[in-house]
Amino acid sequence: MNTPIAIEIVMLLAGLLFVLGIVGVIIRKNIIFMLLSVEIMLNAAGLAFIAAGSRWAQPDGQVMFIFILAMAAAEVSVGLALILRIYHQHRSLDIDKLKEMKG
Amino acid sequence: MDIFFYITAFVTLFSTIMVITRHNPVHALLYLVISLLSLSVIFFLLGAPFVALLEIIIYAGAIMVLFIFVIMLLNLGKETAAQEKAWLKPTVWIGPVILSTILLAELFYLIITAQPPSYNLQTVDSKAVAISLFTPYLIGVELAAMLLMAGVVGAAHIGQQKKTVLHRFLKEEEPQ
Repeated sequence: MNTPIAIEIVMLLAGLLFVLGIVGVIIRKNIIFMLLSVEIMLNAAGLAFIAAGSRWAQPDGQVMFIFILAMAAAEVSVGLALILRIYHQHRSLDIDKLKEMKG
Repeated sequence: MDIFFYITAFVTLFSTIMVITRHNPVHALLYLVISLLSLSVIFFLLGAPFVALLEIIIYAGAIMVLFIFVIMLLNLGKETAAQEKAWLKPTVWIGPVILSTILLAELFYLIITAQPPSYNLQTVDSKAVAISLFTPYLIGVELAAMLLMAGVVGAAHIGQQKKTVLHRFLKEEEPQ
């Protein structure tokens, strides 16, 4: 499948997705939505890797995406376990109510 | 072929915007699944079919199921949606959105007006990926395995319910 898609456009799409993820982390106050936005950002980084890998026809980009995938799986499992603990202790997922860490 | 890419990119962007603006967590998850599916179509168009399948199987299949489990477990329903709705007022985000849209338009203009070098995409099949993954990147695979192991152990440790009873007369109140 030889599709001449300009690499700049793909990188622009990856950048837009990453920006959307950052916006999601900033504007949401629910921890679950923040975790979803982190997933969006990881996907955007993966898209950039894939685009670069297919630009030079090297498999390294896909290898990096596989590593990103493994990292995302580990991160999500730990993050969701933390969310469960937080909800059981505070009865809320509002980050404004979780101020006792003074972070 | 080019038009397919643009349509898919539009679907991806639109569904991602819907993800970060929904009030109900389950709706946001549905849109995120759509976003992942369209991203996998983009991977396929970019000549990476193996990774496109992995995206669907692992992301949309496994990770999203984890999210759905947690949302069902926490029983996040109408109250969460109402809370989120109260937080996301247009007066909060309209100013930053306008300003950052200006910057985005500048970026878009700069990228569009640059002269892109012409080239053809080539499909990198799964054999090349596997050879590269298990010869030069073998240490990375093992590190990823250790990371996953640590993630599983950490999630199991964090997620377990501990009942701390200091004394039988000093029983702590059960957290439900």
